[in-house]
Amino acid sequence: MSTFDNPFDPDRNLRAGCVCGQHQSAAEHEQATALRCDPVESEEKRYEGVVASAVMRAMFPQDVARRAFLKSVGASTALAALSQFFPLKTATEVFAQAGAPEKKDLKVGFIPITCATPIIMAAPMGFYAKHGLNVEVVKTAGWAVIRDKTINKEYDAAHMLAPMPIAISLGLGANAIPFAVPAIENINGQGIVLATKHKDKRDPKDWKGLKFAIPFDYSMHNYLLRYYLAEHGLDPDTDVQLRSVPPPEMVANLRADNIDGFLAPDNICQRAIYDGVGFMHLLSKEIWDGHPCCSFAASREFITAAPNSFAALTRAIVDATAYASKAENRKQIAEAIAPANYINAPVTVLEQVLTGTYADGLGGVKTDAKRVDFDPFPWQSFAVWMLTQMKRWGQIKGDVDYKAVAEQVYLATDTKKLMTEMGLSPPASSYKSFAVMGKNFDPAKPEDYVASFKIRKQS
Amino acid sequence: MNSSLRLRAGLVSIALLAAFLGIWHLATRSTAPVATMSPEYAKLMGLTATQGKSAMPGPLDVGAKLWEHLKRPFYDNGPNDKGLGIQLAYSIARVGTGYLLAVLVAIPLGFLIGMSPLLSKALDPFIQVLKPISPLAWMPLALYTIKDSSVSAIFVIFICSIWPMLLNTVFGVASVRKEWINVARTLEVGTVRRAFTVILPAAAPTILTGMRISIGIAWLVIVAAEMLVGGTGIGYFVWNEWNNLSITNVIIAILLIGIVGMLLDQILARFTRMVTFPE
Repeated sequence: MSTFDNPFDPDRNLRAGCVCGQHQSAAEHEQATALRCDPVESEEKRYEGVVASAVMRAMFPQDVARRAFLKSVGASTALAALSQFFPLKTATEVFAQAGAPEKKDLKVGFIPITCATPIIMAAPMGFYAKHGLNVEVVKTAGWAVIRDKTINKEYDAAHMLAPMPIAISLGLGANAIPFAVPAIENINGQGIVLATKHKDKRDPKDWKGLKFAIPFDYSMHNYLLRYYLAEHGLDPDTDVQLRSVPPPEMVANLRADNIDGFLAPDNICQRAIYDGVGFMHLLSKEIWDGHPCCSFAASREFITAAPNSFAALTRAIVDATAYASKAENRKQIAEAIAPANYINAPVTVLEQVLTGTYADGLGGVKTDAKRVDFDPFPWQSFAVWMLTQMKRWGQIKGDVDYKAVAEQVYLATDTKKLMTEMGLSPPASSYKSFAVMGKNFDPAKPEDYVASFKIRKQS
Repeated sequence: MNSSLRLRAGLVSIALLAAFLGIWHLATRSTAPVATMSPEYAKLMGLTATQGKSAMPGPLDVGAKLWEHLKRPFYDNGPNDKGLGIQLAYSIARVGTGYLLAVLVAIPLGFLIGMSPLLSKALDPFIQVLKPISPLAWMPLALYTIKDSSVSAIFVIFICSIWPMLLNTVFGVASVRKEWINVARTLEVGTVRRAFTVILPAAAPTILTGMRISIGIAWLVIVAAEMLVGGTGIGYFVWNEWNNLSITNVIIAILLIGIVGMLLDQILARFTRMVTFPE
């Protein structure tokens, strides 16, 4: 994204460039800075750039044409000509007023796993600063603590498992407090890891009586593992033991033989392999390619009290997510988020997760570029699917208005607007159907979907 | 005679330490059989897997890492990564605040309860029930009601360190020798003056013992509380390094927690000696 570059520079490509917008290309940016760049221009100037960029983009959808135009008339003439028929100054003022955040110093909580990549990297790589915010990212001990600290307003926004904001809004496991999700962090990027001693037990039908760890009850990990087991004929409530275990304890427990395996967020999976205690049985992507995992969440109260801060935060996250979705940036990101201040893990482990070339724990090296991917769009159909699983496993009792909850919590419409403003192309619809282990999910018929499962909690 | 005993005890201590370090070194040196793997695969794996290195670090690793920490105890790499000196300072500040609050409540309250047999009997069941509650059990409740994690941590210190002080104060005040109080009565000393000039000095050693037990508990509690709440402090440091499965750093933290705990205990022990009197 080059939102903040001089749009009147003929050598500039408006649609690609470096993160901070001060360099001509990503390569040059990397050269000039060690993962950090502070925007030097004043805020006003930056907003002016954004507005001018947008106008230029609108006038010259073809980059070549814009360059030719600028080359022939020169930047200052172009600016003067543009100002003639478009009120750049006024537009900038309007944009800046709309954009000035009410609160600049924000605290965002995160759990040290690679799912939080966009939230974390936005700090050292300057995405928050670029959007006029001074964000402190605070490492947090567990999902329950991050929930409580966000509810207590110690954090303005936080990294949460995708089903958590839904659960909080519904009052499952806590008081009902309306929360919202403006952006999904990552898609895919989880895995089922088994202890090395089970390397011949690859068929889930043989898993009766095993003990598995999941990070939290309201997590995609829980729903995906249950789904996977149930598809293979095991009832996750009676045939196996599922335990909620904080991710860092999973590797220690696997080594100590307290659990037989886990469906966990990444860098934990790869860490178990790195330390030689387990192997990768299955990437979560093979259960559902493109499934959401973690989300960026804030309370409705914060959104109402500081709408511009919230919008700026969302822009920063969407921006960082877009950057992280490019395979060529992944190595640099791995280095940026590995230090003790952020994830605190060996760079090799993070690189294997992010680049998708990894050791599988059985002596082989596998490559899957989509092992983890980043896509910010909060599909409301994702929320509907999670609700069907909550219903299926008895977390929700009674009736639920799937669509209303999904639309209240997953802010697809707002994010769509924001992404359009940023020059990205969001999908036209907020619902899409997808297949989980070959079984199609139609977001319009959630009740039928729940009823179609043979193995589920009987209420 | 006395000095030679001290010398011999010192020698035995050093010998024990050396033996312990030696056994530790030998136990962690062992190399497990290594499966053969392609170099390409080995590059992606950790030392435990590739060289059969023990998952437990040896004393040399710990020593080297400790030296690294001691060289720069006050670095600050952002909100989630600070030097050990800063982390310890945070923990000590929290313990100090919670503990002082507990002292301010426990000693006056203990005095009142101790001087009144009725109150003493009436409050006893509550104290007995509240006393054995683990700090971690208080944590969710505190977080939920206080709605601030750092205040919650201080509250947990407070609530856990108050009981030994309270009980000891009650006990000390209640068991002041009857003769002394009677003498004071005969001399027509007022209640307030009696409390300060007779009961307080007489009960001081018992009270100080209670305070000494409490500071130990407060220091135990802070590590657990900080592991749960996170952010700053030595407990957070342990959690953060555990997250990275860095046993070396965890061992260093354990060592430092022990040393600071000992220092705190020694300070209170010194105070206790100051108020002790021969009967």
